[in-house]
Amino acid sequence: MHLSLKSLLREYLRPALMLTLLLTILLGLLYPGVVTALAQLLFPYQANGSLRYADGRLVGSELIGQYWTSPKYFHGRPSATLSNDGSHVQPYNAENSGASNLGPTNKVLVQTVQQRIAELKRENPDAPPGPVPADLVTASGSGLDPDISIAAALYQVPRVAKARGLSQETVRQLVLSHVQGRFLGIFGEPHVNVLDLNLALDALKH
Amino acid sequence: MFITFNSFVQIALFLALVLALTKPLGLYMTRVFNGERTWLSPVFAPLERFLYRACGIDPAREQRWTGYVIAMLVFNLAGMLLLYGLERTQQWLPLNPQHLGPVEPQLAFNTAASFTTNTNWQNYAGEQTMSYLTQMVGLAYHNFISAATGMALAVALVRGLARHSAEHLGNFWVDLTRATLYILLPICLVGALVLVSQGVVQNFNPYTVVHTLDGGLQVIAQGPVASQEIIKELGTNGGGFFNANSAHPYENPTALTNLIEMLAIISIGAAMFYMFGRMVGDTRQGWALWAAAAILFVLGLAVALPAEQGGNPLLAHLGDNQQASALQPGGNMEGKEVRFGITDSVLFTVTTTATSCGAVNSFLDSYTPLGGLVPLANIALGEVIFGGVGSGLYGMLMFAILTVFIAGLMVGRTPEYLGKKIERKEVMMAALALLISPATVLGFAAVASVLPQGLASLTTNTGPHGLSEILYLYTSSNGNNGSAFAGLAGNTPFYNWTGALAMLIGRFAFLIPILAFGGSLVGKRVVPAGPGTFPTTGPLFVSLLVGVILIVGALTYFPAYALGPIVEHLLMLAGRTF
Repeated sequence: MHLSLKSLLREYLRPALMLTLLLTILLGLLYPGVVTALAQLLFPYQANGSLRYADGRLVGSELIGQYWTSPKYFHGRPSATLSNDGSHVQPYNAENSGASNLGPTNKVLVQTVQQRIAELKRENPDAPPGPVPADLVTASGSGLDPDISIAAALYQVPRVAKARGLSQETVRQLVLSHVQGRFLGIFGEPHVNVLDLNLALDALKH
Repeated sequence: MFITFNSFVQIALFLALVLALTKPLGLYMTRVFNGERTWLSPVFAPLERFLYRACGIDPAREQRWTGYVIAMLVFNLAGMLLLYGLERTQQWLPLNPQHLGPVEPQLAFNTAASFTTNTNWQNYAGEQTMSYLTQMVGLAYHNFISAATGMALAVALVRGLARHSAEHLGNFWVDLTRATLYILLPICLVGALVLVSQGVVQNFNPYTVVHTLDGGLQVIAQGPVASQEIIKELGTNGGGFFNANSAHPYENPTALTNLIEMLAIISIGAAMFYMFGRMVGDTRQGWALWAAAAILFVLGLAVALPAEQGGNPLLAHLGDNQQASALQPGGNMEGKEVRFGITDSVLFTVTTTATSCGAVNSFLDSYTPLGGLVPLANIALGEVIFGGVGSGLYGMLMFAILTVFIAGLMVGRTPEYLGKKIERKEVMMAALALLISPATVLGFAAVASVLPQGLASLTTNTGPHGLSEILYLYTSSNGNNGSAFAGLAGNTPFYNWTGALAMLIGRFAFLIPILAFGGSLVGKRVVPAGPGTFPTTGPLFVSLLVGVILIVGALTYFPAYALGPIVEHLLMLAGRTF
């Protein structure tokens, strides 16, 4: 092999630099540009974040969970997202997604779950006694989980019904009518979208 | 039993889909790399010719293994420098609506090494660190070309096996260009739009400000996500647009997107096994490797799925209902999303670590000890369970060589593979390739677990889980996977430098012996199979291959794992916390 400087330039350096330049334009700019144009044309709602409005006001994204505290709304899962500077926990910070990363034998995990169970029971005195649904006391992977399990929604029915002066049966039926099943009945898990359910609750009183 | 009926059905259907995709995709890739016309040629052939002309590439001129390696290295170096430059100057460049500042030098270097080597380890949160321009031009670009590089090298090695009495392994520029234009780009164009239809965002908007019903304020990160999401999976890259990766609802909103992303991760790797069989003229050779991979894939699931569905015994005592039922997924839900539950989370995790992808839809640091051991071991075995695009095939072929060598030792014959005698030089190269990884991983992990700079990063978890975190970091970096036990604070000078080094060694110090191996084989004559030839297609070979992979992996890593995940499992059962 003749590794003269000239052949090195001609055979390796020029193709490497030119191909880097041209593929950067193709893959880094043209490709995402074309996808963006088509996405905005064909699926504008989804491409811009599945944003939901109520009475003409932007109230959130269907896909991004929110931090609910009022007893008259269904609550989502615990969230371990941090503030933007990472200094403290700021639940459902959709600018800084993330999980707790607490290991299975971490003391902090065990204590935190214990506290959450106690708090959940205090907030829901009329809920059935006994163990609570796992997803209501564990932090999600994204910290932005928009969904809860059916069990987690049903668990909160007595509290929400009481806070809104509705019958438990009415609220229960509303929950069941908002269950999203598995894809093709097979893939994923049945779940309830919390924002969807809460918007339906608000619509109920009108 | 901790596996639900639905789990069985989901897994069986997923494997059936992978099987169904293997042959058609493998046939198509064979045509692409043989330089034949495909049904996409009318669209992409003019572009392909333009690229060759503009870059001064003669597509008909093939390279020896040395030329192939130099081209690969020079090209990857150029891309790595470009990415580093972009990260450092993004504050002055367009498409930065959040006015993010420059990426710190060490972090920028770690990230440049990470994306060049197809690792996509991330010591940063994407939505807090990278401008839209850096994501697209810097990171997504590397997602394409690191994948195409891997595919090109695998094809070169296969040519080394398929050709005889020859000198050349192909032309790197042509293989790279064709992999990009005919395989990656078209699938991404379609796949990205399907993802958008399900809710993956694709815009250049500033982050959305929302006043919630409950009186709160929420700022929601946006971006050109779908175009990057699909190549992140298809190229087995794994670097998330957002910090939460594929757990983020804007990256992976539904069970359908989850299924598409898993298929994207594994399909090219699986199809490359078929392509290999096709190129060497005996598809059974490819199916034998495929079968070995499928067995190992199912083994991993059989350990991880019951562990996760069984939940965490320390939490069960507290009154946390982890029973699966029609109303809830149950199990160990810390770090997992409700829409995926246990089955789709574990299936994704096994898929992403069987290959070299590293995207995650659930957070591995919070897995049960045995549930977390499976992804760790999958990567440590060399990501040969279908594997990364390209890297899976060349890794699996090294194990196949080792298997015929061991079988040859047992009967006292010179081993041969595909009619080529495997002699001292080839076995040395294969052994070298297979030894570099454990030496790097265990060496760095040993240093990190005694140095204060290494231990200082154990800010979230300690005890045996801390050792698991350190082992995972180097295993994932060296294996170019990129998934993490993310509780370890990796963005420190110590981990940025050593992690980047592990990634570069894992990629390039592995590739060079492999191409040297290909270069040595391509010149050999083919010896006709005789009565003493060990057949490399039947169940005997497949079982032996699976055995060799597991034994090499177990002998190498078991002592370290015994002190990490295994002891943690036993202590968890005994009720200990740290």
